[in-house]
Amino acid sequence: MPPKLETLEDIRQLRESLLAKEANLTTMITVCGGTGCQASGSVKVIEFLKAELAANGLADTVKVRVTGCHGFCEQGPIIVIDPANIFYCRVSPDDVPEIVSETIRKNQVIERLLYTDPTTGEKITKEADIPFYRAQDRVLLGLNRKIDPCSIEDYIAVGGYSALAKVLNGMTAEQVIREIKNSGLRGRGGGGYPTGRKWQQCRDAAGDEKYVICNADEGDPGAYMDRSVLEGNPHAILEGMLIGSYAVGANQGYIYVRNEYPLAVSNARKAIEQARQWGLLGRNILGSNHIFEVEIMRGAGAFVCGESTALMASLEGKVGEPRPKDVHTVQDGLWNKPTCLNNVETWANVPLIIKKGAAWFASKGTEGSKGTKIFALTGRIKNTGLVEVAMGTPLRTIIYDIGGGPNDGVAIKAVQTGGPSGGCLPAEKFDLPVDFETLAEAGSMVGSGGMVVMDERTCMVDVAKYFIAFLQDESCGKCVPCKMGLGRMLEILTDVTEGRGKPEQLDLLEDLGETMTETCLCALGKTAANPVLSTLRYFRQEYESHIQNKSCPAGVCRELIKYTIDPEVCTGCGACLKACPHGAITGEPKQPHIINEDICSRCGICKDACKFEAISVC
Amino acid sequence: MSENTLETILENKRSQPQQLIEVLQDVQEAFGYISEETMNTVSKELGVPVIEVYRVASFYKAFTLAPRGRHVITVCMGTACHVRGAPRMLDEVRGQLGIEPGQTTPDKMFTLERVNCLGACALGPIVVLDGKYHRNMTPNKLRKLIQSVREAEKEVVADAA
Repeated sequence: MPPKLETLEDIRQLRESLLAKEANLTTMITVCGGTGCQASGSVKVIEFLKAELAANGLADTVKVRVTGCHGFCEQGPIIVIDPANIFYCRVSPDDVPEIVSETIRKNQVIERLLYTDPTTGEKITKEADIPFYRAQDRVLLGLNRKIDPCSIEDYIAVGGYSALAKVLNGMTAEQVIREIKNSGLRGRGGGGYPTGRKWQQCRDAAGDEKYVICNADEGDPGAYMDRSVLEGNPHAILEGMLIGSYAVGANQGYIYVRNEYPLAVSNARKAIEQARQWGLLGRNILGSNHIFEVEIMRGAGAFVCGESTALMASLEGKVGEPRPKDVHTVQDGLWNKPTCLNNVETWANVPLIIKKGAAWFASKGTEGSKGTKIFALTGRIKNTGLVEVAMGTPLRTIIYDIGGGPNDGVAIKAVQTGGPSGGCLPAEKFDLPVDFETLAEAGSMVGSGGMVVMDERTCMVDVAKYFIAFLQDESCGKCVPCKMGLGRMLEILTDVTEGRGKPEQLDLLEDLGETMTETCLCALGKTAANPVLSTLRYFRQEYESHIQNKSCPAGVCRELIKYTIDPEVCTGCGACLKACPHGAITGEPKQPHIINEDICSRCGICKDACKFEAISVC
Repeated sequence: MSENTLETILENKRSQPQQLIEVLQDVQEAFGYISEETMNTVSKELGVPVIEVYRVASFYKAFTLAPRGRHVITVCMGTACHVRGAPRMLDEVRGQLGIEPGQTTPDKMFTLERVNCLGACALGPIVVLDGKYHRNMTPNKLRKLIQSVREAEKEVVADAA
């Protein structure tokens, strides 16, 4: 049985002994074991590394720490060797013997495993020198790198649970709430509601039984910071929820997490189990009178359950349909009791604010948006991954300095922020600072923090159609404006992308969008028109080109394009014939091939397969 | 066997309507789908009307009401995967297997599914085969992947003979 932690002193002593133990190590090898790196094969790398170190008699002096996501997923599997801070990327199990014999034993750097800066072509040895990391302020994500998510000791060694100890050993609930209010923390899930105010309302609500909930139902396609934080640092969420439960007066908490995140579910379960064993959950937490328990509930694949009232309905075992919020969930939430629901990233910020002070947190960010925010930078860009920057950082810094700018030399034309509730901002808006107000004014939103970069090969009408199709599929169907509005919008957008669009339909789209924004029941519906309204605002000429010229400038909309093989260039190699999944290409070897238009689905797979650039799209 | 599994799933959850989603999740995991018979049992044991069980089972995407194939191919259709060519992955599978998302091949070898985001956006397009993630997919890699499953199945059949 592990020791029960009872006082602030217990935690301090434990931390010191853990740090003393680490001082005996000569080398620390950190291997990313997040979902991204696992998909790239990190599990085998870890297995080989441990075996190789043991075979070399290094198991006592060299420690392998398997951590959560570092954020630079594209380069995975990632390993970092400290204290030299050597960064190796795209490591395969076959590289392991050389890493041990050269880098660990002889301190020699292996050139081929180093990261190459795609902008300068330069090889970079140290993690700290990589431009992707250098321009960030990794307050939350930086912790992922130092912690094995399955080890409560690792979390305590970096100062974990000391904020809880500070709260339970001398702060009143009011003081805690004041601190959160003063920090200026706003909800990271999309709404941006002031967290301290929400806590105050929940505390003031009548009733003895109250709940706290962690919303980890991160359904926005293109956003995965909540997965990374819950998966890589689950104890931070528990500590945040423990502090929140003390502040609002709750004894029971729930973590509602997406079923599509199996590793996050499993790591959070282990963390709860450990916290219970160490006396950090249950009765008399850290010697106080506070009682708190947490349960995990897996979502079942419904985007709308990210909305707070739908999430609570789902927690009750029902269909996830939102309800009107004329009475707020802080008063009438789960099982009709006062409920304080916050997003993963919001909860994770709480222990840091208590530990380092509201002033520290408020020193980062802008007037109205404090602290740092994690963004998922993806799409047509050189460096993709999770990016944490202070609120107010310009889009350009994120896309060009951290993201490295355009991929394959094709110009970037837009960035989509905020997921299906957000909008697309054109390149001329890239000097805008990223904060709640500025993005909303520009017709988009911070949302949960997805940032999908689009270049000239992306059709903005197709993007709008993609989001509306997604939202129509995910709409719960309870209120008419959302159910009917999305259906009509999708019909119009399909007309436009298939060459049947009429100019007056664009006005109708705007009309529908405005009606939905004003009349839908929940936030999903109220913001659902944003992808259409923002593309109409900034990329109207693309819509017009589809309608008037029946052409898709990006060459994406299938009904408006045609693939042809140039008989002069075609060598008859047969690569396209083999590649076509629909059997639409015919031709004898060494003779020019032909595409049968009736069978062709215009997917473009043949064009990618052709080495001679004989296939063109028009 | 299946009786026992359902028994185990229902243990400590009887007469607790709020456990409906958890129970259905475990059923989905254990049997690969939720049958009419199971819905009737769950309805009786939890004290939830069968119409409500059906409503929940058909509302959430994690539940399927028909048996699935021996191998499940899931194509991620999230925004990041979409702009990097996920629709082509669907084309490839459609062409190779002749089925649409949500369908199973007549020989019960493959089921094709689509998902709205797996949260591995930096590695898109992502295709999942039987729980294993495959990053930066191309139609060509996908074709080989499907081929490898077919060959492995052939070996199983040959071994059995």
